[in-house]
Amino acid sequence: MTGSPGHGMTLAEKVLARASGEERVVPGQIVDGRVDLAMMHEQGAQTVAPFHQMGAERVWDPDRVVIAIDHWVPAPTEGAAVLHRILRKFAAETGLPHFYDVGNHGICHQILAENGWVVPGDLAVGTDSHTNTLGAMGAVAAGIGPTEMAAVLALGSLWLKVPSTVQVRVRGSFGPGVTAKDLVLRVLGEIRTTGATYKSVEFTGPTIASLSMPERLTICNMTTEMGAKCGMVAPDDKTYEYLRGTAKHAMHPLWADADAVYERVVDVNVDEMPPMVACPYSPDNVRPLPEVAREHVKVDQVFLGSCTNARIEDLREGAALMKGHKVAPGVRFIVSPASTRIYEQCLKEGIIETFTEAGAVFTNSSCSACFGGNMGLLAPDEVCASSSNRNFPGRMGAKQARIYLMSPAATVAAAIAGEVTDHRPML
Amino acid sequence: MQDVIEGRVWTLGADVDTDGIISGKYLTVIDPEELKKHVFEIALPEFASQAQAGDVLVAGVNFGCGSSREHAPAAMKAIGVGAVVADSFARIFFRNAINLGLPVIEVPGVRAIFEKGDVARIEMGQGRVTNERTGASVRFPPLPPHLLRILEAGGLVEHVRRELAGRAPSAGAKT
Ligand code: SF4
Repeated sequence: MTGSPGHGMTLAEKVLARASGEERVVPGQIVDGRVDLAMMHEQGAQTVAPFHQMGAERVWDPDRVVIAIDHWVPAPTEGAAVLHRILRKFAAETGLPHFYDVGNHGICHQILAENGWVVPGDLAVGTDSHTNTLGAMGAVAAGIGPTEMAAVLALGSLWLKVPSTVQVRVRGSFGPGVTAKDLVLRVLGEIRTTGATYKSVEFTGPTIASLSMPERLTICNMTTEMGAKCGMVAPDDKTYEYLRGTAKHAMHPLWADADAVYERVVDVNVDEMPPMVACPYSPDNVRPLPEVAREHVKVDQVFLGSCTNARIEDLREGAALMKGHKVAPGVRFIVSPASTRIYEQCLKEGIIETFTEAGAVFTNSSCSACFGGNMGLLAPDEVCASSSNRNFPGRMGAKQARIYLMSPAATVAAAIAGEVTDHRPML
Repeated sequence: MQDVIEGRVWTLGADVDTDGIISGKYLTVIDPEELKKHVFEIALPEFASQAQAGDVLVAGVNFGCGSSREHAPAAMKAIGVGAVVADSFARIFFRNAINLGLPVIEVPGVRAIFEKGDVARIEMGQGRVTNERTGASVRFPPLPPHLLRILEAGGLVEHVRRELAGRAPSAGAKT
């Protein structure tokens, strides 16, 4: 254990102390945390059986439970249809009103963000490993298993081990065409995929303060790839502004103490930082984009989507670059907005037209090609440039397919050039 | 769960991943009787045929890393593993094991004091693991009462069932 009496607490420790009603907590301590928000997607179908085995009949607080189906929407297989039906039936039987069903759907993390389900100081849990995304609200947001979710639904609480914290201090300004995605890839290159196992990754510093909420969602999203239990950004005026009018429950913002104890501090300066790419087969295999571009890696498919980077800002940026260009011959370009609301915005702003005129496929909102189980799968030895978060073997289809992770603008440039390329000269 | 767990020791190294505990090809198997035939097929091949109920596994750091499959602790429970004592555990494995009622105890330095075939004595309340052959022992902070209650109940499902039943009979167990 690192912390000792007399020392301050990190942001994650503050949130978990509040959730467990303790005055102070230290890393390694096990607490019983009261949950502010519980989210389930299709994996929540596996929660239903243990929930009943527990003898539970009522959900502890139906206004703090969100179901958002996203992996297979609309259902492409009978199996997916059955999962959806289990959830619909469960929601109807237990009286869960907040079900984002087909037509009102989106990627679960985006649904939580854009509808104000997670607010500063919250403890949020979800049946998806990228629940970390919501740490952008100044909350502890973590993925849990389906059996644990059953206990949460029954009791409104779960046991948690207080994580130690890795502080990532970021300063400097992004050059043109360099984004929050490049920053998080760079940090991942340093912390690696196991460097933050069970830990909280707390982003801080002037550059983080300057990031928009969508950008903060992007960097917290990829703390999952660092092994982290949660990723966090302390709340500020941008957080309150983003949640104004949508926050579903009262905010209780918390901040790290000035004398908080960090297990490790990582300093990053983004001045002069080039765009980054994570090369096959690991998200921490990170290299500067210009260097990879020199190798003329030809792409078969390009994906602009996922909970990492398919918000309206990402799609606007992509469309601005796409305008007046065509998708390279032989390349399939799939664009999938993160929610139905974003889809509608794209429709209004002409973004869908920009992409389809260029030869891209603009799909309904879902996880889409991100995980190789719904659509847009890769054949053996194919190459994909993607704005998503994982590039392990088999992630988007065939085991031998190779995935390069990058920013939204860089994916559009790859679609135009037909190969991984530095988008900055095209801006 | 008893306060004192005693068992014959099997040793494992560091970074035993869940693939080594139960290979991905068995993920569609749900029958515990079938699962236990394949436990540790990769990491400790002789285990499945020679294990006795109550045996204790002593491992190095990061036990249970890799894919978050609940099948790994389920298979170990099915074959009757009494406890796992390791220098450290991977996060999801630790959670899954406790939630399934498999005692897992993090004891930094424990791997060094055991050899295969030794007998381990684990005093849960005291927070001590002893090698009965050599007399060497290592202390650990006892598991918090909350986790002990889950283990006592045999897992999270039964634990919550009891808690709900105790709270309000009408809202609790179904009749
Ligand atoms: S978009 Fe991809 S990473 Fe995000 S929740 Fe869906 S499958 Fe998971």
